[in-house]
Amino acid sequence: MFSLVRALWDVFLHAFRRRVTVQYPEQKPYLPPRWRGRIILSRLDGEERCVACYLCAAVCPVACISLQATEDETGRRYPLFFRINFSRCIFCGFCEEACPTYAIQLTPDFEMGEYDRQNMVYEKSDLLIAGPGKYPDYNFYRVAGLAIGGKEKGGAENEEPPVDLRGLLP
Amino acid sequence: MNDIIRPLVTVGGVLAVLLSIAVSLIWLERRLLALWQDRYGPNRVGPFGLLQAFADIIKLFMKEDWTPPFADRAVFILAPAIMFVTVLMSFVVVPFAPDIGVINLNVGLLFFFGMSSLGVYGVVLAGWASNSKYSLLGGLRASAQMLSYEVFMGLSLMGVVILARSFDLRVIVEAQKSVWYCIPQVLGLGVFLVAGIAETRRLPLDLPEAEAELVAGFHSEYSSMKFALFFAGEYLGITLISVMIATLFLGGWLGPVLPPPLWLLIKVFICISFFILLRGALPRPRYDQVMSFGWKVMLPLALLNLLVTGAVRLAMG
Repeated sequence: MFSLVRALWDVFLHAFRRRVTVQYPEQKPYLPPRWRGRIILSRLDGEERCVACYLCAAVCPVACISLQATEDETGRRYPLFFRINFSRCIFCGFCEEACPTYAIQLTPDFEMGEYDRQNMVYEKSDLLIAGPGKYPDYNFYRVAGLAIGGKEKGGAENEEPPVDLRGLLP
Repeated sequence: MNDIIRPLVTVGGVLAVLLSIAVSLIWLERRLLALWQDRYGPNRVGPFGLLQAFADIIKLFMKEDWTPPFADRAVFILAPAIMFVTVLMSFVVVPFAPDIGVINLNVGLLFFFGMSSLGVYGVVLAGWASNSKYSLLGGLRASAQMLSYEVFMGLSLMGVVILARSFDLRVIVEAQKSVWYCIPQVLGLGVFLVAGIAETRRLPLDLPEAEAELVAGFHSEYSSMKFALFFAGEYLGITLISVMIATLFLGGWLGPVLPPPLWLLIKVFICISFFILLRGALPRPRYDQVMSFGWKVMLPLALLNLLVTGAVRLAMG
């Protein structure tokens, strides 16, 4: 019987405790920088980073990424279209891990509610942002040994010039 | 002319106040429970979420009013009405102020008992007419629980009647001018409180509903406004028991400075808040525990209270 009274009193005292509710639209919760939210495609120096290697689409467990690769006249690959269906996306971040160019990144933003389901499908123009995102200095073509417009073979960082196979000199 | 208009105004006013109380109790209960659970509760619709109750009502009206094909149609529809009307009828005898009250009945307390006994029919018939096993179990529990708690609910108030020498609620309130009956009748108050919780099927003793075991007990099959009638009936029941506690034990409208109806409102509000606190704090006992507690603890206590009060009354002449 005493325990009942005790329970009543203890519960009553909770009236003076701090509320645990986060008053969401007015009071935003803290999202860590590595929060896995809305996916973006980053650019570096105004150029798309994505080289359309399909690794993100391959690794995606729910197959929500679809893209088509193409090349410009210098041989640089880029996606003709890049489409993410966010109504399927589970924000696992595998695409970000798979990406060799840091093009695809997850951002701390989850406010993506839509009234129309079709609006959850983001096209490349919706995904691309102006800046480099989380990795400002990494340029895939500057470290890759691939010849590309404006860079010959062996012109990459920390790369030796190609060995002349027919020469005798070491 | 005045003889006709005045009662009509009183009836209309009491009905309006009661219905708006029943509606706003939805909001109050949710806010208070949230308060005691470190939450905010509904605070979005209107100021402090006050319009939440109206949003809830609109939602209830929009729901499909479904009568199951296997139910006993006539009784199924009648049951919520019985429940609601009997609770509402009990308020007829309550004096809200020295000169405000629907009817001045010299057996007011007995009328209240009669009406709350009839209220059992609403629950039992709902459980029976639904023709589903959970509803039936709920109705079964309701009949056992409410009938057995009815017994000492009556006995617990006999002490008050002995002290005031009247069944008239107005006289009982007037008799508390010197001291509220919650002091000489503290045992009666306790017993009546427990019986009141059982009568209104509020949470520690909500075995007829017992949503963890019986889906929703006797109103499992009800939807839309029929369900809302049960809901409003329950809230009105809480209000009724609170009003009765305030009237019989806490001096009704008596109190300094403030106008009488306001005093009654304050006391009723405190009682209702206590009911909600009970819901927030206490677990539901097992069915057999409820029954044995009623018959083996509460009934003897009520009888003891009656015996002592009668003896004291006789000794003092």
